[in-house]
Amino acid sequence: MDHEFWVVFSKSWGLFYLIAMAVAVVIYAFWPSNRRRFDKAKHSVLEREDEP
Amino acid sequence: MISTLTRTERFLALWISMAVSICGLALAIAGREDPLLIHGLLILLFGLVCSYIVMFGYEEKAPGTERLSLYYDEPIKAGVIFAMIWAVFGMFMGVWVAAQLAWPDLAFDAPWSGLGRLRPTHTTGVIFGFGGNALIATSFHVVQRTSRARLPDQLSSWFVLVGYNMYCLIAVSGYLLGITQSKEYAESEWYADIWLVLVWVTYFVLYIRTLARRKEPHIYVANWYFLAFILVVAILHIVNNLAVPVSLGHAKSYTVWPGVQDAMVQWWYGHNAVAFFLTSGFLGMLYYYLPVRAQRPIFSYRLSILSFWGITFFYMWAGSHHLHYTALPDWVQTLGMTFSIMLLVPSWASAGNALLTLNGAWHRVRDDATLRFMMIAAVFYGLSTFEGSFMAIRPVNSLSHYTDWTIGHVHAGALGWVALITFGSFYTLVPVLWKRRQMYSPALIEWHFWLALAGTLIYVFAMWNSGIIQGLMWRTYTEEDTLAYSFVDSLKAMWPYYVARAFGGLLFLIGAIICLYNILMTIRSPDKAESRDDVPHPADLALAGE
Repeated sequence: MDHEFWVVFSKSWGLFYLIAMAVAVVIYAFWPSNRRRFDKAKHSVLEREDEP
Repeated sequence: MISTLTRTERFLALWISMAVSICGLALAIAGREDPLLIHGLLILLFGLVCSYIVMFGYEEKAPGTERLSLYYDEPIKAGVIFAMIWAVFGMFMGVWVAAQLAWPDLAFDAPWSGLGRLRPTHTTGVIFGFGGNALIATSFHVVQRTSRARLPDQLSSWFVLVGYNMYCLIAVSGYLLGITQSKEYAESEWYADIWLVLVWVTYFVLYIRTLARRKEPHIYVANWYFLAFILVVAILHIVNNLAVPVSLGHAKSYTVWPGVQDAMVQWWYGHNAVAFFLTSGFLGMLYYYLPVRAQRPIFSYRLSILSFWGITFFYMWAGSHHLHYTALPDWVQTLGMTFSIMLLVPSWASAGNALLTLNGAWHRVRDDATLRFMMIAAVFYGLSTFEGSFMAIRPVNSLSHYTDWTIGHVHAGALGWVALITFGSFYTLVPVLWKRRQMYSPALIEWHFWLALAGTLIYVFAMWNSGIIQGLMWRTYTEEDTLAYSFVDSLKAMWPYYVARAFGGLLFLIGAIICLYNILMTIRSPDKAESRDDVPHPADLALAGE
């Protein structure tokens, strides 16, 4: 667990977890069943009522 | 204000104010041989004033349970006004230091009024005073509206707002006294830093508690940005300010980070302060107030999610581009440069998303100065993120670093993006908060818009010219391989640009004063709106010809 180890670890696995995270976010954003929820969210700010 | 607190909350508020006063007194006694004395007394006075205000309203009638069916807007109103007062102060200090660079006699030979002490009062005044209060106020508004939930209690929000302003006061007064730990955007000393941690953790907990009470199943994307801002700023602040004071009776402290690690931690903090303080939170504003004002939903919700994760993840690694050609290992510099370039993708995704939202509402942008503020803010966001990615490339940085180009870049972002989106949001928010049909004077908004835009353009163009001339003069060699120009030669060449910069800043300051006046007059105007909508009524937004 010396400095060299961490440099090699971060230079190799850093790449993979960055890509894995990007893929996960893309899957979440484009998952078909999320579409309705996102559409509702983006229109919700335009609703006009002022009570919780 | 006190009348909206419950009995228990008034008791707690009094207790907290007293505790702050006692801490101030203890600091003043422990630091009686040190500049810390003045800060101890300032904290004592601040605590006593708060205690007085709480005691003064202590016996007022307690609010009934009907309050729970309404949003809690009192701290938001105070936050908007604090933000504008800090804006006028911070921008005035900016104009003053800019004028000092052109006319050095304006330092007046006093120890407190030299450039070194005044400059951090400008940066702290505008970033933390103006920007921070604006972020706190708008985040309280957006989280309640998009969650359809009231803030869970009345006291925490006041603690965050008032405590945060006490931090800003300690910080700014300290710089005038010469108290500084010499870390950019983190100059305040250990006791102020500890206080800010308390305030900020309360802010985070309050935000999470409000989200937990939400009636909407999905958390609207603006809240993601605000939450990233709150959480990451807490992490950055704590790590960068780990320091050991000389003693509990001294203002001075020493950082725990040694040498180049200190530089790296500082710029990891510094660049992420730009990312999460000056970008993330303001994108939160953009994703709420822009659709509301334009009366159109955001162009692509999916794109906003993708750019959120891109910005949040990439920015974390970009800080080392501030340390190109230093003792920092080469691979760390390259890492910072690479991530800075990749950042262009999510940044332009956000800017594009904002502009495409306006597609189909361009006639509104033409006629409504408030919406125009937000549109120009998105354009400057796109421009300054492109410029930032470009300047992070090592060979480009060898020309731009240490020159006024950096100052121009920062102000394209700070004036063009951060301040303009805030003004646009405030002009949307203020009539809603105070239940007015519209702002007191649309003509003054128009004036403010053109002053702000002209001021920004003059400022940025002056600094681009000045920076590139400086950079080129510093690297011009004669045939004998000696430097062609001395530093003083380059300084003399800067003079016209320094005058132009001070003038551009002055225009921007005048715009901010007009904005403060317009907001105060809106509050005083008797023109009450009929309905209690949380978005402007279409009739009030309707334009000639629609």
